[in-house]
Amino acid sequence: MSITPAVQFDLHRRMVRIRLFEEAAGRLAEAAKLPGFLHLYVGEEAVASGICGALNDDDHITSTHRGHGHLVAKGGDFNRMMAELMGKSTGYCKGKGGSMHISDLSLGMLGANGIVGAGSPIAVGAAFANKYRGRGQVAVAFFGDGATNIGAFHEAANMACALHLPIVFACENNEYGEFTPRDKTMAITDIVDRAAGYGMPGVIVDGMDVIAVHEAALEAVAKARAGGGPSLIEAKTYRFYNHHGVQNLGLKYRSDDEVAQWKERDPIFTLEDRMIENKVATRQQFDDIWAELRNDIEVAIKFAEDSPLPTSDQVLVDVYSANGGN
Amino acid sequence: MSDERKLPYVMAFNEAVSQALEDDPNVFCAGEDIGAFGGVFGTFGGLQAKFGVERVVDTPISEQAIIGLGVGAAVTGLRPIVDLMFMDFMCVAMDQIVNQAAKLKYMFGGEARIPLTITTAGGGGLSAAAQHSQSLEALLCHIPGLKVVHPATPYDMKGLMAACIREDNPTVMIKHKRLLGIQGPVPEERYIVPLGVANVVRSGNDVTIVAWGRMVHEVTAAAEKLAGEGIQCEVIDPRTLQPLDIDTIVASAKKTNRVVVVHEAVRFGGLGAEVAAQIQEHAFDYLDAPVGRIAAPFSPVPFSPALEQHYIPDAARIEAGIRSVLFRTPVGA
Ligand SMILES: Cc1ncc(C[n+]2csc(CCOP(=O)(O)OP(=O)(O)O)c2C)c(N)n1
Ligand SMILES: [Mg+2]
Repeated sequence: MSITPAVQFDLHRRMVRIRLFEEAAGRLAEAAKLPGFLHLYVGEEAVASGICGALNDDDHITSTHRGHGHLVAKGGDFNRMMAELMGKSTGYCKGKGGSMHISDLSLGMLGANGIVGAGSPIAVGAAFANKYRGRGQVAVAFFGDGATNIGAFHEAANMACALHLPIVFACENNEYGEFTPRDKTMAITDIVDRAAGYGMPGVIVDGMDVIAVHEAALEAVAKARAGGGPSLIEAKTYRFYNHHGVQNLGLKYRSDDEVAQWKERDPIFTLEDRMIENKVATRQQFDDIWAELRNDIEVAIKFAEDSPLPTSDQVLVDVYSANGGN
Repeated sequence: MSDERKLPYVMAFNEAVSQALEDDPNVFCAGEDIGAFGGVFGTFGGLQAKFGVERVVDTPISEQAIIGLGVGAAVTGLRPIVDLMFMDFMCVAMDQIVNQAAKLKYMFGGEARIPLTITTAGGGGLSAAAQHSQSLEALLCHIPGLKVVHPATPYDMKGLMAACIREDNPTVMIKHKRLLGIQGPVPEERYIVPLGVANVVRSGNDVTIVAWGRMVHEVTAAAEKLAGEGIQCEVIDPRTLQPLDIDTIVASAKKTNRVVVVHEAVRFGGLGAEVAAQIQEHAFDYLDAPVGRIAAPFSPVPFSPALEQHYIPDAARIEAGIRSVLFRTPVGA
């Protein structure tokens, strides 16, 4: 590992924060305390963490329906996230967006998205603005394997390449779109094959290995920042839970064996093992980190539960901006 | 009639599709997750097992190509049923729906036939937020060349779906997500509820209420309450929104002299405006009050249940709206 121990700890921390947030959200959903749909990111933590770990605070990302992980990895605040999932007025979107629209513009997180494929063109716009302003910022579009079957993805990829924009296309290939396996909906195995058609480089990385993801991201982001144009990273990964909700075994569209095999490659535990083996960390250090972050989650749940619901007069607020703002 | 067979709305849909697949080899279905999985709402459950992967096709997440597949197959002689999982996703496929499916026949001088059924799920009430809860029927009804149905009961679901499939023009069948589980009598044999014919759900002399989809049930609840006070509402469910059975609505308006239109879509530019305009064109002299409209406020659908409950009209809001038309106080959105 050429990645320093400090960075390894940073990536680890991002992943644990995602895991704990998602597990807590899952438990709350099971207890019927969260309204609406819940698409959990558990299993895929290395992708968001490895990539967002290569970004600056003022870089931009667009996300998907499975968006909590992206926001956490970009530095999202547990309290405001949990409050949003509960539909409270103290949430990131004041209770108007919920899980599928969670966002933090101050962190450059341009929103989870309920429309598959819709994030990529928006990332192209952010990349355009970043190039236009010349401040050296980069945009990353996160999307699933299934999203690459949507026209919007292809238009975005082509335009980004044609305009030579500072953008990274980050595909989370978890082998399924909802309940349908990838091989039923496309005739290629690797999403990265699509990159060449638009004239950008693409790499496949092990999406369960945060260091591998991070190294690929550092390269793609540096290239984009230096004016080298777009690239695509395909991270092979897996969601441990169902498409939405918290069931993980006994699903009719994928075998329990398959789930178990992927779980053996848990991105957090494998990193911990490696760091201990390489003597950059001790079990005790990890236990302390988990305990500290667990506490943050408990605080966030309490914050969210104690927060007020939005009042009915808020329905008509924020449909439009007032003119003359910035 | 206790031996009448009952089915949930979702299975009434399923049965209409199943019978069409049995009857007509040109019928096939395509959509996301509809095959092996049976559709995210279970609407296509069991059909792939019964009719095979050639006739119940799992597609990529490609709404534009899904509708295009339907248009191309229809114009070349098949009778496709293509599914958009949520109504909101039709926005991704708007060119194929609006510029292609709806217009080919006309543009080709009548030389095309597009027996295409687009099925989708609309409506809110599930905390599914702004991109999974919309009622966009007005966008569709505005387009010459499309027909649009939105059933409120299992009986109408099966009959309207059967009519859509047999129809030689592009139709959009809107299922309401909150009605999928409601039970009602549905004959096993094949039947059709003709397109363009309204259903008088309840007769009354005091005020006409026009509503469709889930709002029919909220209106019925309000009407029952008002009946306890001796106020008799006539409830009309157009069932087909395009073409709209305006004759039935106007005849009722002439009888009751007061009309309220209720819909889940936003009020501005909603179908309520069209109904109100046509009533004043055809029955102006009969009206004792302006036509009332009860609908969603002009905002996207909010996520939090605390907000959504104030967004979607419910029986209480409808009752208040009806009273204000009866007693001529201004009607709020
Ligand atoms: C335009 C559009 N079509 C369909 C859906 C329904 N849908 C939500 S998530 C999803 C699967 C997405 O698969 P993928 O892009 O691989 O992401 P994953 O869920 O695997 O992370 C589908 C079909 C949607 N939200 N938007
Ligand atoms: Mg996927």
